[in-house]
This record gives sequence, structure tokens and C-alpha cells, in this order.
Amino acid sequence: MTPATRPPPSRDAIRLLVVDPRSGAVADRRFDALPQLLVPADLLVVNDAATLPASLPARGPGGDAVEVRLLGPTAGDRWRAVLLGAGSWRQRTEDRPPPPPLAVGARLAFDGLGASIAALSPLSPHLVELAFDRAREALWSAIYAAGAPVQYAHVDAALPLWEVQTAYAGRPWAAEMPSAGRPLTWELLGAIRARGAAVAWLTHAAGLSATGDPDIDAVLPLPERYDIPARTVAAIEAARARGGRIIAVGTTVVRAVEGAAATTRGLVPGSGETDLVIGPGFCPRMVSSVLSGVHVPGESHFELLAAFAPRRTLRAAVGRAAALGYRGHELGDAMLILDGAAETHSWTSSSATASRPAPTGANTTRSTTPASTSLPPTIST
Amino acid sequence: MLLQDSSSLITGASRGLGRALAESLARAGSRVVMVARERGPLDDAVATIRAAGGTAHGIAADVGDKQAIHRITGAAAALVGPIDLLVNNASTLGPTPLRLLLDTECEDLERVLAVNLVGPFRLSKVVAGSMALRGAGVIVNISSDAAVEAYPTWGAYGVSKAALAQLSNIWNAELDGSGVRVLSIDPGEMNTRMHVDAIPDTDPSTLADPRDVAARILDAIAGVTS
Repeated sequence: MTPATRPPPSRDAIRLLVVDPRSGAVADRRFDALPQLLVPADLLVVNDAATLPASLPARGPGGDAVEVRLLGPTAGDRWRAVLLGAGSWRQRTEDRPPPPPLAVGARLAFDGLGASIAALSPLSPHLVELAFDRAREALWSAIYAAGAPVQYAHVDAALPLWEVQTAYAGRPWAAEMPSAGRPLTWELLGAIRARGAAVAWLTHAAGLSATGDPDIDAVLPLPERYDIPARTVAAIEAARARGGRIIAVGTTVVRAVEGAAATTRGLVPGSGETDLVIGPGFCPRMVSSVLSGVHVPGESHFELLAAFAPRRTLRAAVGRAAALGYRGHELGDAMLILDGAAETHSWTSSSATASRPAPTGANTTRSTTPASTSLPPTIST
Repeated sequence: MLLQDSSSLITGASRGLGRALAESLARAGSRVVMVARERGPLDDAVATIRAAGGTAHGIAADVGDKQAIHRITGAAAALVGPIDLLVNNASTLGPTPLRLLLDTECEDLERVLAVNLVGPFRLSKVVAGSMALRGAGVIVNISSDAAVEAYPTWGAYGVSKAALAQLSNIWNAELDGSGVRVLSIDPGEMNTRMHVDAIPDTDPSTLADPRDVAARILDAIAGVTS
């Protein structure tokens, strides 16, 4: 699939491929049709992590160029990070040379900031823990002054920090943008709430999509921290109780919710770290539907989505998206795997008149929707 | 919104009303992040709050600089959590002594608008999204009677404050029902360095103490959140 090489003219000016995992039906929609696809029982869960300026140019002890990609703080002034070698973001990470060998204690010099390597991961010497020589606001100010968001070789121009934030971002926890939420404008969020569906949030430290180090890339995603508010746990329980769908905005939300639910404590409010890797055969306990980018077979995100729709359905859907000219990657089009989408009354009514809100009422929940409603004309199965 | 355990972001916080607000908010139990351009006075203001047992952090930045916005909001949210209260207090008069519009450089008007109007909009745009998601939050925009009265030589400043007041109105119209409220507050004439810069020959005894004004603003915040 061709990657999107620049942000769309407006955040929601992208396409939305809707996939019904039960029937295998797919529909080609505009992203701004999202509210009409939901019913009042539904719950949309977003990741409100702001994106860090996680990419910091540095010099090693011998003056060699190193790019540090921050994953997140571990404790105090210590951060987990991945080291890349010389080169620029215009090269794919796998084409970059490795960084110079650096031992524990080696110093890294940033613009206005210094750090030493406090620990090396057994997984790879390029996965490290850094001890910065500043703390608190001095450290945060220096990171924001020296850093830039992680960039993508397939994008035409460097993305400034504001291009990689969602419209509801709070704490800067994400090493890379939680991109599934990028097209969610406040107009759409308002329309979703006005429709009666609920919107809840959690914070998940979305990690790096690629590092160029085969040992690290083979095990991505690395363990990531999350924080789930009590209100969100209550909203998930309430939505399940009323038969609504839990729609995760992005694979990071899936990982946070299912990772928390898979612990012995179950889904409880609070923070934690999850090493859960979701793929085909994984049986989601909480999340029933996923809004994401369009991911092709071979990507780890595709494997995660295979927990929500049969691989055959996904492959067909992605093939259809490619044939329709969908764009992939962080700034590209979107895919909604929506449990029961083809049976949802609202879907069919909105396909005929896209601008007219679908009626609400007794027939807007899946259980009471006539199964005979037909799919939009763009459907293929 | 209870100020106890809240997170506040205050611009122009090294002196005058901004500093008094930061001190009052910290005393009320809010974790405050203070923004100002000059590091020295900012560090002093932060140290005062910490010495009194409050939680305060200082970020040296210029709200009129587009590049500074996410540095401010990101660092603030990292340090004290998602922002519950934003006070857009920083503002500039432009060059002093104040000048007639006919003698005002266009670039000086642009700079005043960048600091007094566009900066507050940028900061509000970032934090209001997070507030609306959480269903609670307050933004205070510090206004002036120069927003309403046509004082000769106060053109650039007056225009910026009039626009900021209307910005507050429209934020409120759009955020109605979201749990986020935007207050536009005219603090009146205060004994601050800005006032001395604008009207050097005023008798300070006729001017309000910024600490008293800060207390009134905290009351107003309590009024929209109780």
C-alpha cells in the first residue's frame, strides 16, 4: 500500500474502510462518517498520550553521531531509549548504520544536555537506560528544546511537533504518535457524543514502530506503560453491561485494555506496564472493535488486528483498500473493524444520505436491528 | 474544580499578577507550572513558592513564539499532570512609552497580537482538548478595560485584549456542556511593573495590590466550578 507522504489537508479528510468481521463485508467511507456508524450503546476509547519530541541528536564519546530515540522515563532522571547510528530520518531505520559501541558509563552529549549510559539491555546494546544530568523542569525543557518528533522516511517533509499530536493529547508519554486518533476532530467527537455514544480515555506510552536493530525490531512492541482512569473502567463495564461495543482507537488502546484485563487483577483502574503481544488466536476480553490505520500483512499491527477479524477477511479488506487507492502509515487512511457493522441500522441509513444523521431509538442497537438491512453499494464481500 | 491536587499553568508568572496568582494557587494546593521569558525572576518566584511548601516548576519560554507552545504544555503536563487550570496572564504593551496608532509600527502590532492573543489561543487549543476529554477545566484570560474603552495610545494592546475577550466568549459558546469554562477577567489597575511602564506617573497608592486581585480571581474560578 502506498504510504501517505504528508498530512491530509484537514485531519479528518481521509478515507475509512469499514470491515464487518462477522460477514467479511467491507465498505469504503469517508472518515467523517464515523459518528453515523456508531450506536448509543457504543463506547469509543482513545489514547490521550501526547507525542514526545523523542528523537534527539547526540554525540558519543568519540564524537560519533548518535540518534537517541526516547521510549520513556523509568525513574527520576533515567530514561529508556534506543540508539541509532549516523544518518537522517530520510533513510529507513534498517538502512542506517548501527551506533558506535557504547559501554555503561559512556557519555552522550546533546544540545544543552548530557547523559551517561546507565544500563544496556540483554536484548541489544542499542536498547539502553540513560541517566540525564538534569532533572525535572530543567530536563523536560532541555528535551523539548533539543528533540523533535520521530520522523518517517516515507514522509516528504519533517513533521513539527504539533502535527503529531491528537486533538485531546495530555501527558507526553508516546514515543511515536498514537496515529489512529489523529483524524478525530472535536467536531467528530462532539457528534459521537451527541449521538449518545460515549468517549473514554486512557494513557498508553505508544512505543517505537521501528529501530533498525533486528534484535529489537523482532520483539516490538516492547513493554509499554499505561494508566487507566477509574472513570474509563466504569465506562467499559457500563458499555458491556448494556451490550455496547468497546471500540479501541488504535492498537495502543487495545494493548492497554487487554493487557490490564489479562493480569490477575483484571481490568482495574491505575497504571501498569504491559508486555502483552496480541495476534491471531488472541481472544480479546474487553475490546470488540478497533479503529486503526490500514495495516498490511507482515506488520505487527496487522497481526494484532487479526485478533479482531479473520486474517482472510483482513487480507481481502486491505487488498480492496489498496485497489481503491487508500494510503497507509501514520498519516494515511483509516480502517474500522466494527463488530456487527453490516447489521447496524445506522450504517445502511447513512450510506444513502451521508449527511443525514441516522435515526436513534429502539432499533439502533445491534440486538434489535433487522438483519435484513442491506449494505451500502460500495460493499464487497 | 477543587484546586487541591489540581494542575495549573500560569503564563507571565514571574512578576505582578501572574506571580501572585501562582502563589495563591500553590497555597490552595494546586501544583503550579509557571512560565516567563526571563529565567532569573522566574527562578526567584518558583523558589518562593517552594520555600512556602508549595509545588512549583518554572519554564522559561515566550508565549509569542509558536515553537514554544508544545514545549510549555508538554513539559507542564509531564511535571504536574494534565492541566486543569490555564491562566493566560502574560501580555505585552508593545514599545513604551505607548504610541498613537499613526506612530505604531505594524510589526509592533503583530508582536502584541502574537503574545496577547495568538499565544493564549495556541495554549488554550492544546489544553482545552485534554480538558474537554476529561470533562472539566478552566481557562482564565486576563483582560483589561482597554478591551472596551478607546484610550488613545493604547491601540495595539487594546485591540489585542478586545480580541482576547471575544475569543473567550466564543470558546465558551463552543465548549458549552463540555465541562470546560473560559473566564475573561479585567483585573483593574494594579501596582505592577506593567502599569509603571504604561503610566509612569501614577500614584501607586491608588492601585490595587495584585495579591488582592489574585484572591478575587480564585473566587471567580471557584464560582464557575462549584
